[in-house]
Amino acid sequence: MTPLFASTLAIGRPRFRLAARLRSGDVVAELVAFGFGLLLLLITGLLAWELWVNSALPRHQFGWRFLVTQTWDPVAGNFGAAAFIHGTIVTSFLALLIAVPLGVGAAIFLAELAPPRLSDAAALLLELLAAIPSVIYGLIGIAVLVPIMRTVVEPFLKKVTGGFPLFSGPAYGVGYLAAGLVLAVMITPFIVSVTREVLLAVPRDQREAALALGSTHWESTWHVVLPYARVGVYGAVFLALGRALGETMAVTMVIGNRPEIAASLFAPGYSMAAVIANEFTEATGDLYLQALIEVGLVLFLLTMVINALARLLIVATAQRGSAH
Amino acid sequence: MVVLEHSMNLNRFCSLLIAILLLGIPAAAQTTVTGAGATFPYPIYSKWFDEYHKLHPEIQINYQSIGSGGGIRQILEGTVDFGASDGPMTNEQLAQAKTKILHFPTVLGAVVPTYSLAGVTQALKFTGPVLAQIFLGMITKWNDPAIAKLNPGVKLPGDDIVVIHRSDGSGTTYVWTDYLSKVSDAWKSKVGRNTSVNWPVGLGGKGNEGVAGLLKQMPSSIGYVELIYAIQNRIPYGTVQNAAGNFVKADLTSVTQAAAGAAKSMPVDFRVSITNSPGADAYPVSSFTWLLIPEKPANPRKGAILVGFLKWMLSDGQKMVEALSYAPLPKEVVTQELAAITQIQAPGAK
Repeated sequence: MTPLFASTLAIGRPRFRLAARLRSGDVVAELVAFGFGLLLLLITGLLAWELWVNSALPRHQFGWRFLVTQTWDPVAGNFGAAAFIHGTIVTSFLALLIAVPLGVGAAIFLAELAPPRLSDAAALLLELLAAIPSVIYGLIGIAVLVPIMRTVVEPFLKKVTGGFPLFSGPAYGVGYLAAGLVLAVMITPFIVSVTREVLLAVPRDQREAALALGSTHWESTWHVVLPYARVGVYGAVFLALGRALGETMAVTMVIGNRPEIAASLFAPGYSMAAVIANEFTEATGDLYLQALIEVGLVLFLLTMVINALARLLIVATAQRGSAH
Repeated sequence: MVVLEHSMNLNRFCSLLIAILLLGIPAAAQTTVTGAGATFPYPIYSKWFDEYHKLHPEIQINYQSIGSGGGIRQILEGTVDFGASDGPMTNEQLAQAKTKILHFPTVLGAVVPTYSLAGVTQALKFTGPVLAQIFLGMITKWNDPAIAKLNPGVKLPGDDIVVIHRSDGSGTTYVWTDYLSKVSDAWKSKVGRNTSVNWPVGLGGKGNEGVAGLLKQMPSSIGYVELIYAIQNRIPYGTVQNAAGNFVKADLTSVTQAAAGAAKSMPVDFRVSITNSPGADAYPVSSFTWLLIPEKPANPRKGAILVGFLKWMLSDGQKMVEALSYAPLPKEVVTQELAAITQIQAPGAK
């Protein structure tokens, strides 16, 4: 009883007030949280600043041409990042094209249809999958996927589509398509895992209301539960896209590492993260090194732009949703 | 009595103090020398620095294999005591240095052409110009007359050649492209030499293992890997015609021969490319790897340690290199280097 009495007394006296507030922890928590928040902004700002300052040489020498030319010649000191930008975007969107329907579909099954025990077991496995280092995906890609792509998938696609430019040219196995597939496998667990959680968080009333109005199980899932969880699903997709854009190791192992823009998905390409990882350690000249840093800057900005677009999409659909 | 006892205690105290100090001196005088650079010689460097530490417990040499480019940058900025590189520094880079930087060859490496070609078991023969044309994309079929002429009796398929090269910047690529630049004017003007280049054709694999992996999976492909990697992984590789006109298979002897051939025309700063070296038995795609040491070390004590290490490396150290599949320096080069070590201004060096 005595300590409680003492603290009540202390609050009454002005000079003990701050000490008491500190003891209660609110101010401390506030300050620490504020500090962490500020640190986050500071780190992002510093990152952008460092990338900007350390890429001054190629920015002045090549200007906007850096973004649209695809010559990457360290010997002649002529640098353009178009092929890398193309490679990063193509492989990432290819991955989304495959992973989003697959991931969202699997999540709907796990959240709405599967028995809870199966759903929980699957969720555990998915988390394991998400934790596998990317180099392992790359190894499986080069040892298993690439030979199948070269001998089965690519000749088949070529035959079926009959010379459609997207599926033409020699079948190397490595290339945009292989990289996109490996990325799809890598990001699917993220999409399934997050989407499943979001769907499970949809209130029971929503489902019951839909069922009460006479909709079938599927109609309630498709027209009520999924739209309700929309923002969360977008979040899952953009989280996955972020990982795909920045993925380095697995991509460089299966993409073919050729800085050239090709129409065919069979062609070898290159990505921004891959070229930085590949060439940074042995880049001797200042211009060469700074050109690689500028590639990093472009990747940083691209990620920012895509995230901003994601926000806009969420805001736009949320407004449309409320107008209904 | 009392006084005597007191002084004896004092004596004991003093001797104890001295003993502690003596024990303490080696620990306090432990000097750490740091270096950074090339990855290719890392296995032998770490072996050397480890052995040298055993001989001189007071000396610790730390080496970080961050790549030749990184090694050159760090020595220019003075953040390390020595650098290491698979390619010699350019004149522009040397001009940036605050103090003159000296090159010391340590061991030799080589790059070999390797291929996967169904039904071909014997080592294929190549010439420099043919290799250049293949890597330029001018020879596109395995049964091209230029390859067939070099390999009579070998049944070459009519498949397209898939070229595989390194995607990461690397000393291996530097040596390979340096050789191709010497033997082909077209290569020199269109592509040139560097740790990574603008490849006219082909796919990129990351590291020797990436190239070897792609080769294994891609029928009728050709690539290049480090000799050590090929030896350790038992990858078959072809022979290359040297400047004397002989087809030479790369091994430790033929690589050392390449350096011996170049010793006669060795520049004083050792910045020499020994690709396409003269000498009847020299393997043409060979190279030195260098330690980069400032002429006036910022810390004279560390400079003296490096001088001592270099002398040891050139004598006892060279005996350890073959066990790790590196080619040792020829005698001529060792003699030239021993003379050059005196340029390092480190008073007190033995």
